[in-house]
Amino acid sequence: MSTVVDKNPARRASSLQQARLPGWAPYALVVVSVALGAGIGTALGMGNPFQMGLLAALVFIIASYALGAVVEGSRQARNRLATSLVWVCFLLAVVPLLSLIWETVDRGRTVLDGYFLSHSMEGVQTILPGGGAYHAIIGTLEQVGLAALIAVPIGLLTAIYLVEYGRGRLAKAVTFFVDVMTGIPSIVAGLFILSFWIIILGFSYSGFAGAMALAILMMPIVVRSTEEMLKLVPDELREASLALGVPKWRTILKVVLPTAIGGITTGVMLAVARIAGESAPIVLLVFGATGINNNPFEGAQSSLPYYIYEQWQLGNEASFNRAWAAALVLIAFVMILNLVARGIARWKAPKSGR
Amino acid sequence: MKTDIEPTSSAAESPSKVRTRSTGRAGDKIFLGLSRGSGIALLVIMAAIAAFLTYRAAIAISKDEANFLTTFEWNTGSSPMRFGIAVLAYGTVVSSIIAMLIAVPIAVGIALFISHYAPRRLAAPVAYVIDLLAAVPSIVYGLWGALFLVPHLTGLYTWFDDYLGWTGILSYQGGAARSLFTVGILLAIMILPIVTSVSREVFRQVPKMHEEAALALGATRWEVIRMAVLPFGRSGIISASMLGLGRALGETMAVATVLSPNFLIETSLLDPGGGTFAQNIASRFKEAGNDGRDALIASGLVLFVITLLVNGAARMIIARRKEYSGTAA
Amino acid sequence: MAKRIDVSGLTAYYGSHKAIEDISMTVEPRSVTAFIGPSGCGKSTFLRTLNRMHEVTPGGRVEGKVMLDDENLYGSGVDPVSVRRTVGMVFQRPNPFPTMSIFENVAAGLKLNGSYKKNELEGVVEKSLKGANLWNEVKDRLNKPGAGLSGGQQQRLCIARAIAVEPDVLLMDEPCSALDPISTLAIEDLIGELKERFTIVIVTHNMQQAARVSDRTAFFNLAGVGQPGKLIEIDETERIFSNPSVQATEDYISGRFG
Repeated sequence: MSTVVDKNPARRASSLQQARLPGWAPYALVVVSVALGAGIGTALGMGNPFQMGLLAALVFIIASYALGAVVEGSRQARNRLATSLVWVCFLLAVVPLLSLIWETVDRGRTVLDGYFLSHSMEGVQTILPGGGAYHAIIGTLEQVGLAALIAVPIGLLTAIYLVEYGRGRLAKAVTFFVDVMTGIPSIVAGLFILSFWIIILGFSYSGFAGAMALAILMMPIVVRSTEEMLKLVPDELREASLALGVPKWRTILKVVLPTAIGGITTGVMLAVARIAGESAPIVLLVFGATGINNNPFEGAQSSLPYYIYEQWQLGNEASFNRAWAAALVLIAFVMILNLVARGIARWKAPKSGR
Repeated sequence: MKTDIEPTSSAAESPSKVRTRSTGRAGDKIFLGLSRGSGIALLVIMAAIAAFLTYRAAIAISKDEANFLTTFEWNTGSSPMRFGIAVLAYGTVVSSIIAMLIAVPIAVGIALFISHYAPRRLAAPVAYVIDLLAAVPSIVYGLWGALFLVPHLTGLYTWFDDYLGWTGILSYQGGAARSLFTVGILLAIMILPIVTSVSREVFRQVPKMHEEAALALGATRWEVIRMAVLPFGRSGIISASMLGLGRALGETMAVATVLSPNFLIETSLLDPGGGTFAQNIASRFKEAGNDGRDALIASGLVLFVITLLVNGAARMIIARRKEYSGTAA
Repeated sequence: MAKRIDVSGLTAYYGSHKAIEDISMTVEPRSVTAFIGPSGCGKSTFLRTLNRMHEVTPGGRVEGKVMLDDENLYGSGVDPVSVRRTVGMVFQRPNPFPTMSIFENVAAGLKLNGSYKKNELEGVVEKSLKGANLWNEVKDRLNKPGAGLSGGQQQRLCIARAIAVEPDVLLMDEPCSALDPISTLAIEDLIGELKERFTIVIVTHNMQQAARVSDRTAFFNLAGVGQPGKLIEIDETERIFSNPSVQATEDYISGRFG
């Protein structure tokens, strides 16, 4: 034992007291770094607050490491380095989100009004202000609705199969391919419908074609989330019902599904939010239209993501403004779906779960 | 393994045998048929995607006068057609790698922030904000990237050019910053949420007792993370990165809006040019004729196969990890 | 190097909930002190305040003094990291690092200081494993993962890991509750040997174990659910088990409650 003690005299001699930076040191350092970042940035002529922020972050990371190393020793310094890096990572991630939302709201609200929401682009000179996204909103709602009509029943039933019945090789294969399907790029789903529905079967571009591609993207999401929710339903409930002589299918319909319905609804809404923003398959299959087409089964339609892309491509100030306004509408739609879905999840959470 | 269908619980077995003779029998059969049919339908769709894409791709490649894999050209308007995916493969891989290099460290940092560093009152809102980042549609990222990010990057790129221009890959000739590097930055922002949330989940599963073991040995917070958290979460971080990579490879509209494409491989990553599989399909689709569409489908098939491999690898790592931690715990 | 612990007026909280209240006691060096008492009486919480592990739990905070010889663990400027270095801990469930080999597990604490040469490290690892009565069982597979050992071996590995950094005090939180009787016996023997070198505090649910291994025993109790745990008495183990001075202790030991 004495050999070990001798090897490490420094530790033995030192007491529990360690030189430590005072608790306010990091905060003071933040202030100093921000001031330095802004100062140096201005001196170098960086007009951009983001670059100055990066500079300040860099100053902060280096200074807290150096200060730690001088006062507290290398182990604490590394700890401080890690802490400051992790905080900087967090700030780095928040910056683009705030910027994106700020830009969208700030520039979108210039043209977003009742007129924009209730008029199409029919007959509007694209370089002039005016026109709206009504046709695109209609298109998005119809395509997403149709996609949900196809994907939700298949997704639900597949999840029921996997949780309530599936044990064999077929179930394993389905589970595996659901995972694979989650990873399909949206453009590939579009290309599939293109080759199958339009090139080989000879149908024309339509909202329905787009909806089918969206359904392919939606199915695996619905299966996954429904599966999770069904697994949360305790087996005792199923057994209690089966023991009363209720057939399995009625047990599933009357006991299992109602118990999990809150979570399933949430999953479906999140899936809808996810595909409502998909633009790649729409570009291939719906073809875009400037006028209102209420019939998703015939003729070209538009959709919000497509409309944003189209207006961006036109490349003038008026069309950019329309693109931002449509982006604002789309984000609002997606965010509201998200919020409502999470609200339902919290409100209807299975009592026994978690 | 012997049969496809077994009751979910053994306790359900005995009542179900009695029940088969009762009135529920027909209903059960129909219901099972429906749900199994849906599962099979899903498999059929997957098979159909592979089959139809391969079929059209084969037609296109048979008409291709040039080498499909190595040609720096995309000329489908003329007859005979000459097109190849070399530029697209390069652009897709390079932009995705840039995205990974930026996103993975930051995402791991944020995941650690949420799981180990943030004050408790901050952790949940931060996780929520990151999830919101995932909900923003890709076309909106594209719009923001093209109209906000691109103009704001010219300063940074000029700076790169001044100090690192001699490397060749970071030289910059000026003009709009609509390059593969910009695409990489945008993709990094877009895949940040998925990499973060999967890593966060893994870090949260690190058994408390391993962290306490490290703490009790006199480890600082960072040393706890290095001793107990990161080794435990390593495979999880890898699979999270692969899932992110899968997203980055297939991203279409954000790339199509931000990139100023050409069919060359530029030495500099900062100068505009290049292209990716998905972007090329979206950008050329409107002008493509029948043969042109098939050529685009052929390139889409390559993208499909690549993403399948990447996602498959990620899933395998996750599955193996589950087995491992199942036996260890 | 084994040090005396002097606790005075210690109260610990989880958020606003008071878990233990106003505990004062002395733990003698080079001896085994056992903490016994019904579930929820705060004996584990108290143990964790002795190396500042309590504050790791969200909301955990402590009032009062814990003197280690002449230093207050909760004094201003005291670094919890060096406290835990000086006061080692063994947990209820064996927790070797799953990604590390047996060797790496034992060396884990030493490597934190980073100043060891390889052969020095080998010497310390061998000595610690011998100290934990594990060397003969694992010397041929030091590079195998620690998770591959049996439960009892894993717990002795954790003890080896804790004593490798030569702490002054060793805290054990129900170290045998997850083990079979034979492994338990091995650990109890080990505790008897370790007390020559360390101050040992052990929390246990098993009163026979307390009687077997400890020199002094402290009995904790709580007035009711939601009430803070308190120290009822601490005395020589023999006296606690034969002739305790408080009725509640006798009731608990004779199995009338708890």
